[in-house]
Amino acid sequence: MGFKLSREAFDAVLQSWTDDYVLFAPKRFEQGGIYSDTDCIRYGQVQAVDEIVFDSKSLYSFKEALLPVSETLFFFTEETVKEADPPKKGAIIFLRSCDLHGLKRLDEIYLRNGPEDAYYRRLRDRVQFVLMGCPHSFENCFCVSMGTNQATDYAISVDVEGDGFLVDCKSEAWAERITPRAEAELDVTPRHVTENAVTVNIPETLTIQVASSRIWDEYDNRCIDCGRCNFVCPTCTCFTMQDLFYTENGRVGERRRIWASCMVDGFTDVAGGGSYRKKNGERMRFKVLHKVYDFKVRTGSHMCVGCGRCDDVCPEYISFSNSVNKLDQAMKEVSGR
Amino acid sequence: MTDNEYVPFLSKITEIIRHTDIEYTFRMTYDGDVKPGQFFEVSIPKYGEAPISVSGIGDGTVDLTIRKVGKVTNEVFEHTMGDHLFLRGPYGNGFDLDDYRGRELVVVAGGTGLSPVRGVVDHFARHPEEVKGMTLITGFKSPADILFFGDLARWKQSMEVILTVDCADDGDKPAACQIGLVTEHLPKVKLGDISRAVAIVVGPPAMMRFSVLGLLELGFAEKNIWISQERKMCCGIGKCGHCKIGDVYVCLDGPVFNYTKGRTLID
Repeated sequence: MGFKLSREAFDAVLQSWTDDYVLFAPKRFEQGGIYSDTDCIRYGQVQAVDEIVFDSKSLYSFKEALLPVSETLFFFTEETVKEADPPKKGAIIFLRSCDLHGLKRLDEIYLRNGPEDAYYRRLRDRVQFVLMGCPHSFENCFCVSMGTNQATDYAISVDVEGDGFLVDCKSEAWAERITPRAEAELDVTPRHVTENAVTVNIPETLTIQVASSRIWDEYDNRCIDCGRCNFVCPTCTCFTMQDLFYTENGRVGERRRIWASCMVDGFTDVAGGGSYRKKNGERMRFKVLHKVYDFKVRTGSHMCVGCGRCDDVCPEYISFSNSVNKLDQAMKEVSGR
Repeated sequence: MTDNEYVPFLSKITEIIRHTDIEYTFRMTYDGDVKPGQFFEVSIPKYGEAPISVSGIGDGTVDLTIRKVGKVTNEVFEHTMGDHLFLRGPYGNGFDLDDYRGRELVVVAGGTGLSPVRGVVDHFARHPEEVKGMTLITGFKSPADILFFGDLARWKQSMEVILTVDCADDGDKPAACQIGLVTEHLPKVKLGDISRAVAIVVGPPAMMRFSVLGLLELGFAEKNIWISQERKMCCGIGKCGHCKIGDVYVCLDGPVFNYTKGRTLID
């Protein structure tokens, strides 16, 4: 069911949600950008529609709403463990089509790869998604190549239209709140892009043999293993456990899980000093093939959703899409040997 | 809410068996299904977690053979009989004994690699009629590093056991112990029909690589070799990503792999 809403009317709808939900959306953090005198657009809690940034791509993804950077799992004393309480409210997350496809990848890992993750499940069940339409492609986006430029599994969609918004609502309960405030009812299709400046080609013939290609060597020196690409990625889901206790000799503390990066030292360290993938080129190969090869072998779809954030954030200007586009040549190289 | 796999349960230490200065077996209470080659996360509040493979299965107990090499395991060694440890698990696929029944079995184990495979060896030591023949080649760095020395003597009664150390002075080593890498002893294995024989290889990466090569050279088929992998694991349930190799998660799909899969895994 589609509507045209004024800014004030949409804000009133948004306010009506706040009794039951926390709202997460891309917002502006002034002077927080990766270059001097720039702002950072990233996710945060919003109270009003004016806080939501519709005209830029967010540097970080929505995933922190479901997978907090640091999440307390339980509290412990010497011989007792108490599970951390879930947040009191549900959440409404504003996100673009690529990220909504990213959600399916998170579900794949946290709900289907092995037993369900109880902490993810309890958040996931209480989240609603608002699709933000894309009137045009942004820098480094390649969603069309990844087939993630359009999404349909949202509660409502929202597109900026002049001073107001166009909304497509799939939730009957929410339509009841919107109808009395709407300027007009009409058919709405969320805006989406049909082409990007960047395209990628993942060769059909891709096999694990590509691991032995020389293309990975250039990243040994270019990559500085900072892990930013993992942290901005909507589909990177790895974490590490971290225990902390509240006082120096205290007997109480908590166990948390914190985001981890396969590009950063220590990711594979085993007891006794062993580790795997010491070179940054090997780590790049591991990450790239996870995103566009082995996740698909395991689950049937590529992990990468083409948001291009890894390219936006890399301090060494390494382009993930370029590295994917080298795979064809790399396959020729390894199969020609 | 669904079962929370991350919350550990308390398990009592019923016995501690000292093998070396830094390697003890902790016998822990555990009621439930468990297979040799599976592992538990030993979970110590304030110190963290470490994946430890099951080295023995008893009536209401599991054995965890632990080397004191890190923050968590150092803390485990501060515990004594009657104390409790937090555990969660078991995780992983473990060894499927049916893969080896009715065949000639060769087990090649290096160092603590003997722990995950000990349950398999011990089972066939107690039920020698289930295999056509069995050889254990187990190697350690030095005589002081030998694990399960008591078991080795017992196992000798029902199978060929080749115990070897990388290097030692003659006077320092037990009489039954030979010198040299496990790979040097592979050609000594007597087999009726190599094309049907099966093998398990567990140990440090280099030892596994060369042992598998040695077995293939002897004529073993790739599909008749199993390996067990060790990787960093934070969750044990396919979420944290640390143990992923290519399209497999060692914690879910392994740690035991048939070599036809194992050889395709590139870290």
